[in-house]
Amino acid sequence: MSPGFAVQVHVFLKAGVLDVQGKAVESALHGLGWSGVADVRVGRLITLRLPATDEAEAMAEAEAMCRRLLANPVIESWRVEVGS
Amino acid sequence: MKVAVVVFPGSNCDRDCKTALERAAGAEVRLVWHGESDLPAGLDLIVLPGGFSYGDYLRAGAMAALAPVMEAVKEAAGRGVAVLGICNGFQILCEAGLLPGALMRNAGLKYLCKPVRLEVANAQTRFTAAFGEQREATFTMGNGEGAYFADEGTLDRLEGEGQVVFRYLDNPNGSARDIAGVIDARGNVLGIMPHPDRAFEADLGWSDGALVFRSLDGSRPRLAT
Repeated sequence: MSPGFAVQVHVFLKAGVLDVQGKAVESALHGLGWSGVADVRVGRLITLRLPATDEAEAMAEAEAMCRRLLANPVIESWRVEVGS
Repeated sequence: MKVAVVVFPGSNCDRDCKTALERAAGAEVRLVWHGESDLPAGLDLIVLPGGFSYGDYLRAGAMAALAPVMEAVKEAAGRGVAVLGICNGFQILCEAGLLPGALMRNAGLKYLCKPVRLEVANAQTRFTAAFGEQREATFTMGNGEGAYFADEGTLDRLEGEGQVVFRYLDNPNGSARDIAGVIDARGNVLGIMPHPDRAFEADLGWSDGALVFRSLDGSRPRLAT
């Protein structure tokens, strides 16, 4: 495995932005019998390894990547998790 | 009128745009590869055409917005050169930060390919002046991610400043406030989802698109005589 920190970036549409994929999946689950399912949201998981001196630096770099490319701040929010 | 049409890997309306500009406005059109870092000198217009640049990877337009040629496009836009983004080109302009907002998955989740009636909401731009008193136009749309979105404050500002240039008369995809096309605050960057380049001659079914290209030709600075 390459050196550095393992980073997971979870990207979802912001709360309040209509997630039409989530709605479609929700109604399909209802059709399969899971009638109580609610609040389905579809997002994206991006994983990467990143060289950094410590976890805080890896976190800061990943946040910058989200702002520049991995997410569109107009419509999406994100959560970064850093592991080793 | 000197025009550059940018060709990204996955563009599929580049030659349509070239033909439309040549036939509707007698333009001299060069196709420019996305990897170029310079644009031809003396351009009046840059077109970012429709298609699926970079396979729509990550988000439609996200990768193309970082292509080498986009630095030159931004620089030209800053100098006041007209920039027209159609369909995927509109998505690229939003991702590049040259236009506000974003284009999202259509409300019905379907790829929609059909003629759409539009209101010409602002006929006093360099992209629409040739519409004159004509307040309605029909272009064809072809997209899966064409629902315009911006926060309420941005939408209010766009409407207040006349930056909403085209609206759907029958909103097909859940676009905020029926918006089909927006222009930047300076008035030289326009993004539109439906295609004027697929509706520029009667033989195509609709010819209103030609007015966009003729407007641009008419807006060129003329040399003093």
